[in-house]
Amino acid sequence: MLAEKTLGIVFSDMHDHMLSEITEPRTMGSVPFGGRYRLIDFILSNMVNSGISDVGVVTKSNYQSLMDHLGTGREWDLSRKRGGLCILPPFGHAAAGIYRGRLEALAGVIDYIRHSDAKYVLIGDCDVVVNIDFTDVLRTHIENNADLTVVYKREMISGDQTMDTTVLRLDENSFVNEVLIHPNIHEEDNVYLNFCIMSKEMMEKLINEGISRSIYSFKQGVLQAKCNKLRILGWQYKGFSAKINCIRSYYRANMQLLDMKVRSELFPRERPIYTKVRDEVPAKYGLKSDVSGSMVADGAIIEGTLENSIVFRGVHVGRGAVVKNCILMQETMVSENVKLDHVITDKNVVIRADRTLVGYETYPLVIAKNSIV
Amino acid sequence: MLLAGGQGSRLYSLTRRLAKPAVPFGGKYRIIDFPLSNCVNSGIDTVGVLTQYQPLILNEYIGNGQPWDLDRINGGVFVLPPYQKSSGSDWYTGTANAIYQNISFIERYDPEYVVILSGDHIYKMDYSKMLAYHKEKEATATIAVLQVPMEEASRFGIMNAYPDGKIYEFEEKPKNPKSNLASMGIYIFTWSKLRKYLEDDEQDPISQKDFGKNIIPAMLSAGESLVAYPFEGYWKDVGTIDSLWEANMDLLDPRVPLSLYDPLWKIYARNPVMAPHYVASGASVQNAMITEGCVVEGLIDFSILFAGVTVEKGAVVRDSIVMPGSVIKAGAVVEYSIVAENCVVGEGARVGARPEDTPDKDAWGVTVLGESVQIEPGQIVPPKAMLEYTPKEDSKC
Repeated sequence: MLAEKTLGIVFSDMHDHMLSEITEPRTMGSVPFGGRYRLIDFILSNMVNSGISDVGVVTKSNYQSLMDHLGTGREWDLSRKRGGLCILPPFGHAAAGIYRGRLEALAGVIDYIRHSDAKYVLIGDCDVVVNIDFTDVLRTHIENNADLTVVYKREMISGDQTMDTTVLRLDENSFVNEVLIHPNIHEEDNVYLNFCIMSKEMMEKLINEGISRSIYSFKQGVLQAKCNKLRILGWQYKGFSAKINCIRSYYRANMQLLDMKVRSELFPRERPIYTKVRDEVPAKYGLKSDVSGSMVADGAIIEGTLENSIVFRGVHVGRGAVVKNCILMQETMVSENVKLDHVITDKNVVIRADRTLVGYETYPLVIAKNSIV
Repeated sequence: MLLAGGQGSRLYSLTRRLAKPAVPFGGKYRIIDFPLSNCVNSGIDTVGVLTQYQPLILNEYIGNGQPWDLDRINGGVFVLPPYQKSSGSDWYTGTANAIYQNISFIERYDPEYVVILSGDHIYKMDYSKMLAYHKEKEATATIAVLQVPMEEASRFGIMNAYPDGKIYEFEEKPKNPKSNLASMGIYIFTWSKLRKYLEDDEQDPISQKDFGKNIIPAMLSAGESLVAYPFEGYWKDVGTIDSLWEANMDLLDPRVPLSLYDPLWKIYARNPVMAPHYVASGASVQNAMITEGCVVEGLIDFSILFAGVTVEKGAVVRDSIVMPGSVIKAGAVVEYSIVAENCVVGEGARVGARPEDTPDKDAWGVTVLGESVQIEPGQIVPPKAMLEYTPKEDSKC
């Protein structure tokens, strides 16, 4: 549990353009993941499990499905009389447009932050699939008398990731002395996980400074510009995490859940990941079903063959169908004798009988929401 | 008013620490989810749940009623245990007495009609249609009845009725049944009438204070209008080990007319917060219902796994029900069994057997492991056995 009262701010849509195939009808935070979750469930659950009871979710556009998912926040235990979940739609002044960066977005919700009685603020994006306890982050932050504490992970940076990677260089005391944004690095380095903690006072100061100097980006305008003026501490996270920034990484992260070690690290009993309840029937397997290496959510009916796949709630795999290496989102209907390999189907997709669709590991085939093949 | 105080003594070790309505059912439900969901789906938004025997788990489960959409500002779900009054206090001594003791609760809502349900049956039913029937017939009481095979009729409370539905006689478990209309334990009463009969019955010192034995016969002999409401569809009393096992298995049988998939008639339950289940490569799963939090590495056939069950490599679960949190270790075989919550079946152990593998047919039956039973590696638990957890004495200093 966090030592001091902390306010959580979640950016629900910072990376929408990275996953255009599946974020077209929704925002990043409501991208379905792992059979029954939406990406925002991870950061919200992490905050709640760390003892944060006030969370503001900053939204930008296409956030209907996000609001539908979050509702009153009850499922995350964030439906409270004091505090709880607060969805923060964009706050546009007559002259100003929609925000361009995190700092500008924070400026739009500064009243919300100001009114909070929390002493610290934790900001985070929802593009990282992780189960992290923030208790130690705050403790380290206070002990080291830091201005800001940022969470990073030692990670191999591969080709397709550089476009959305921030690398931190640290001094011998773990303070950040250099910040590289989208660097052309292809080796292991300190990758910023977009979680940052600071005092509320510091946050208000940074926001006000940002407004007066027309700085809208938190990474460029604060982390990069001020890394040698402020005490920015790096806190290393060592567990499992997966950053979703393109359809390949989305596919890869889903598939990693099929590894028992990842599964137990991401879904430990003591720190559950909460999500919206759908009151589904347990998954049902038919007479001739053949399943291996797959994760299956409630409400699914499996009558065919399933291999190395993630199956969301309410999916139906018909008789004789063979589904391999696929991600089938909610209510996907796979009819009889269909063959699918390396396919991602969005919600409510119908694949008619006897069709064959094949993608490739580095280029999974995405079928858009509500399509009929 | 949902009668949920029954012990369910014929479920033996399964109901040692919880009331029958709280017994897990169908992978993620408890028995009480069925009548509660029926109420909500029928438009009933004020429900009293009468508890008595081992109410802790049931109370915790019902909570504020939110999973059933019964957390209302006006009405909602209320757990009604027996309570102390200014002049003495009483346990509920019978089904009628339980309602009698809660007359003041019912009066607060000033209802015209009261639906009395029991919390130990599995079925889907629209009580609003039954109420419409009750109003149309201008009855004092309407009793839902189900046609059962004549040879089984002597196991039930039988309603003898005229073709127009009017009941002229009620027989509890008759030796020579005159009809096959079995009472389903679902009653609708016109409240003002019922209240009078409850008060009269309370004055009768030899009454057993039971609906079937006292209230219904009293109404019949007074010439009140009692009608039978014919129900068609799936209905099962899950009061015994065998019927509980069968009712669970019925969910796997596509011919059984009990669909849990009707979006307009969902069965609600308190949902566990767990990841979707995982079926490892090398596992084999057929004819099964598996819910969140399970990890399956072995073979599952004709079985139901509840939340958070682990079946390790080489383990076999056949024709069985494994309740939340239990672990079937590597190489263990579980057949024709009900394994209650948080059991551990050790490596290579054998629990239960198939009837075809049991030479002595009389010795065969469903095996039951009660809550938290630990089966040692290699141990053999014969068919029909019923094991109960005995806590080891803590070494006290």
